[in-house]
Amino acid sequence: MIVEIGHYALVLALIVALVQSTLPFWGARTGDLGLMRIADTTAAVQCGFLALSFAALTYAYVVSDFSVLNVIANSHSDKPMLFKVTGVWGNHEGSMLLWVLILAIFGAGIAFFGGNLPNTLKANVLSVQAWVTVAFLLFIILTSNPFERVLVPPAEGDDLNPILQDIGLAVHPPLLYLGYVGLSISFSFAIAALIEGRLDAAWARWVRPWTLAAWVFLTLGISMGSYWAYYELGWGGWWFWDPVENASFMPWLAATALLHSAIVMEKREALKVWTVLLAIIAFSLSLLGTFLVRSGVLTSVHAFATDPERGLFILVILMVFIGGAFALFAFRASELRQGGIFAPVSREGALVVNNLLLSVATATVLLGTLYPLLLEAITGDKISVGPPFFNMTFGPLMIPLLIALPLGPLLAWKRGDLMTALHRVWWAAAISVVVLGCTLALFGITAWIKAICLGVAAWVMLGAIAEPLARVRAFSSPIRDTIRRLSNLPRSAWGTTIAHFGVGVMLLGIVAVSAFEVEEITTVQPGETRDVAGYSFTFEGLRPNIGPNYSEVVATFTVRQGGQLLTIMEPSRRIYPARNFPTTEAAFYTVDMFSQIYISQGDPTGDGGTVVRFYHKPLVTLIWIGTLIMSAGGVLSLMDRRLRVGAPKRARNAKPVRAAAGMEPAE
Amino acid sequence: MTRKGQRFLLISVALAVLTVATGLVLFAMRDSIAFFSSPTDLYSEPVRESQRIRLGGLVAEGTVVRGVGDTVTFGVTDTNATINVSYTGILPDLFREGQGVVTEGYMTPSGEFQADTVLARHDENYMPAEVAESLRAQGVWQGEGSEGTQHPPANPPALTEY
Repeated sequence: MIVEIGHYALVLALIVALVQSTLPFWGARTGDLGLMRIADTTAAVQCGFLALSFAALTYAYVVSDFSVLNVIANSHSDKPMLFKVTGVWGNHEGSMLLWVLILAIFGAGIAFFGGNLPNTLKANVLSVQAWVTVAFLLFIILTSNPFERVLVPPAEGDDLNPILQDIGLAVHPPLLYLGYVGLSISFSFAIAALIEGRLDAAWARWVRPWTLAAWVFLTLGISMGSYWAYYELGWGGWWFWDPVENASFMPWLAATALLHSAIVMEKREALKVWTVLLAIIAFSLSLLGTFLVRSGVLTSVHAFATDPERGLFILVILMVFIGGAFALFAFRASELRQGGIFAPVSREGALVVNNLLLSVATATVLLGTLYPLLLEAITGDKISVGPPFFNMTFGPLMIPLLIALPLGPLLAWKRGDLMTALHRVWWAAAISVVVLGCTLALFGITAWIKAICLGVAAWVMLGAIAEPLARVRAFSSPIRDTIRRLSNLPRSAWGTTIAHFGVGVMLLGIVAVSAFEVEEITTVQPGETRDVAGYSFTFEGLRPNIGPNYSEVVATFTVRQGGQLLTIMEPSRRIYPARNFPTTEAAFYTVDMFSQIYISQGDPTGDGGTVVRFYHKPLVTLIWIGTLIMSAGGVLSLMDRRLRVGAPKRARNAKPVRAAAGMEPAE
Repeated sequence: MTRKGQRFLLISVALAVLTVATGLVLFAMRDSIAFFSSPTDLYSEPVRESQRIRLGGLVAEGTVVRGVGDTVTFGVTDTNATINVSYTGILPDLFREGQGVVTEGYMTPSGEFQADTVLARHDENYMPAEVAESLRAQGVWQGEGSEGTQHPPANPPALTEY
C-alpha cells in the first residue's frame, strides 16, 4: 500500500510540475500576478509529493519489501540498516528519484527565500525549473519506475553491490546531485533572463550564491567519490580519468569558471553574455554526464544500469534542453548590452584568463571523453582514451592558470599593474623559486616536471596567504593594526583566500603522490618481511573471518619503522555470498601526518602465502584535505552578507565593509 | 583601450590558447590512445609494437599460470583465436577463468601480449561492451546489450550512480 502511495505521489508531483511549468510562465508574459504566485505554492506542493514518494521507497527498503523489484535487485534482509537506507539511491531508479527530489527542494528554496526577486523573474525561474522536473519525472515514470512490483515475491533479495555497502554511498551521490541540481538553478536563471531579455549586475548577485553552493557540493561530492575509490577499490589510485569521473569533473570546471565570471558581471557588468552562456554550458554538461553515464554508450570502470530506451530518452531530454537553451541564447544574446571596458592587465583581465583556460581545459576533457564515441561512429574503430591523454592535455593548461591564480586578486579592477602585484607577493614567489631549485638540485634536471609542479604548488599556497597580508599591509604597520584589518576583511575575501589556498594544498598532495609514490608488488610467505620506503612489513599469515553478510580472508602484517613497532595492518579479501561477489579491502595507516602506507591483498598463492601490493603514498591525504579547504572557502564566501542566500536585498543596500582607506571591495 | 582593441586582444589570446590546446591534443593522441582488438584481429592484422592495444575477450579456461613472484600469464580468447597475455601485478577481484576481461598493453615480437592493465568488471553479470560485441561477432555469445540476465529488468549495480 505504502509503495502504491509513493507511486501515486510521483504522478501527482508530475501534474503539479506541469502546472508550474506553464501557468506562472504565462502569468509572467501577461503580467498576471496571481498566475505568477501559483509557482510558490506548486513548488512547495511538488516538493512535498516527491518527499512522500522518496519516503515510501525508503520504507520499502527499510522493511525489505521484496515484492518491489527495485528492492529485490538491490537489497538483502541481512544488510546493515545504514546500507538498506543508502541502497535506496545505490541504483538507477532510486538515484533518479533522489535527483528529482533535490531538484524540487531547490525549487522550493527559491520559492521561500526568493521573496526579493522581481515577480516575473521568480515566476520564470520556477517555470524553467519545472520544465526540467517534468522531463525527469516523465523519464522516471515511463522508463525507470522504482515502485514496480513483482507478482511472486522472492524470499530474499539479491543484495546491494558490496562495493556500495560503504559509508561512501551515503555521502558521495547525494552531494554530487546537490551540485548538479544547484547548477540547474543557474541554468533556470539564465533561461529566465534570456526570456525576459534583462540581464544586469543584480542578476549575477542572485545567481552567484546558488552557483557557489552548487560548486561547494560538487567539489565535496567529487572529492568524496575520489576518496571512496581510493580506499574501497584497492587500486591505490585516486583519479582515473574514467568517463564517469570526467562526467562529474566537466560541470565542476564549468561551474568554477561561472563562479569567477559572475564576479566580473556583478562588479563591472562585463562578460554578461559569456556568463549566461557558461550557466547554460555548466548545466548542459551535467545533463551530458547523466546521458553518458546512464545510457552505457561509454565503457567505464563504473558499471551502470544501461538500457538503450533510457539512453534514448535522456538523449531527447538533452537535445531539447541544450538545443533550446542555445537557440534562445543565439536569438537573444545580441540584445544584451555590452558591459564596461577594462585593460588587459586588470582584475577582469585575470578572471577572463581564468575563464579562458578553464573552458579550454573543459573542452579537452570533453574531447577525450567523447572522441572514442565519435571515432566509432565515423570510422568504426574502437579506441580508448586513457589517463596519459588527459595528463598531457589538461596538465599543461592548468599550469599557467595556477601561476596566474595568486596574482589575480592583487590586480585592481579596470586597470592593474603586474609589477606592483608581484612586488606585494615577492616573498612567496621567491620561496617558490627556491622550492623549484631545491627539487632540481636533489633529483636532477630530468625531474623538471616535478620541480615545476612543486614550485607551482608552493606558489599557489603562499600566494594565497600573501594576498590578504599584502592587502592589510602586514609588514609595514604595527601587528595590532594588521590583525584589526585582517578581521575586518569581508568574508568573501577570506573565502577567496582559503579556497585558493586549498587549491595549493590539493596540488601539493597530487604532485607529491604522483612524483614520489613507492609501489611494490610482491609475493610473501608467513614470517617473511619486506622493506618498502623505509617501513618493514612482516607477514604473519592469513586467517578466515565471518562478517554479517560476507566472509573474508584477513592477512595480518606487522609494520615497523627503524625497528620500532608502528602498527598492525590487516587488509582482507571478502566474498559476499548473496552475489558471490569478491571485494578487496585495503588497509591504511597514516604516517607523517599526511602520508599513508597502504596494503592491498592479492590472490593467495595456495601454500599459505599471498600476493601483496604495498604503497607508500607521500602527502596523499592533502588531496582531499585540499578539497575540503576549498569547500570551506566556498562556504565562507557564501556567508558573506553581500551574497547570503535569500538576503540579496539587504546586501544590495549594504556596501562591502571598507576596513582601511584605499582598500578595494574584496572578492 | 578601446572596445575594439579589447575584443581583438581577447580573440588573439583565445586563439593562442586554443592553438596550444590543439597541439597538446594532437600530440597526446599520437601515443596515448589504445585501439580495441579481439584476439582474432591481432592474428589477422599485425600491429606495430609501439601501438597501444586494448585486448578484450574471455579468460581461456585452464590457462591461468602464476609464474615467479607476481607475474601471471593467461590466455585471452574469443574462441576463434587465443592470445597469451603476461601481466605483473594484482589481478582484479573479478578476474576468473571463463569471464570477460579487458587488458591494455603492447604486443611483443614473440607474439605475446604484455599487459600493464587488466580490467574485470565490478559486476559479474557485466560484460564489457566491446567484448560483448566482438564475441557476438564470433557468434559465441548471444547476450543482449552489455548485460547478462538475472531478473530480467535487474540492472548491474553501479559503483556510483548519478
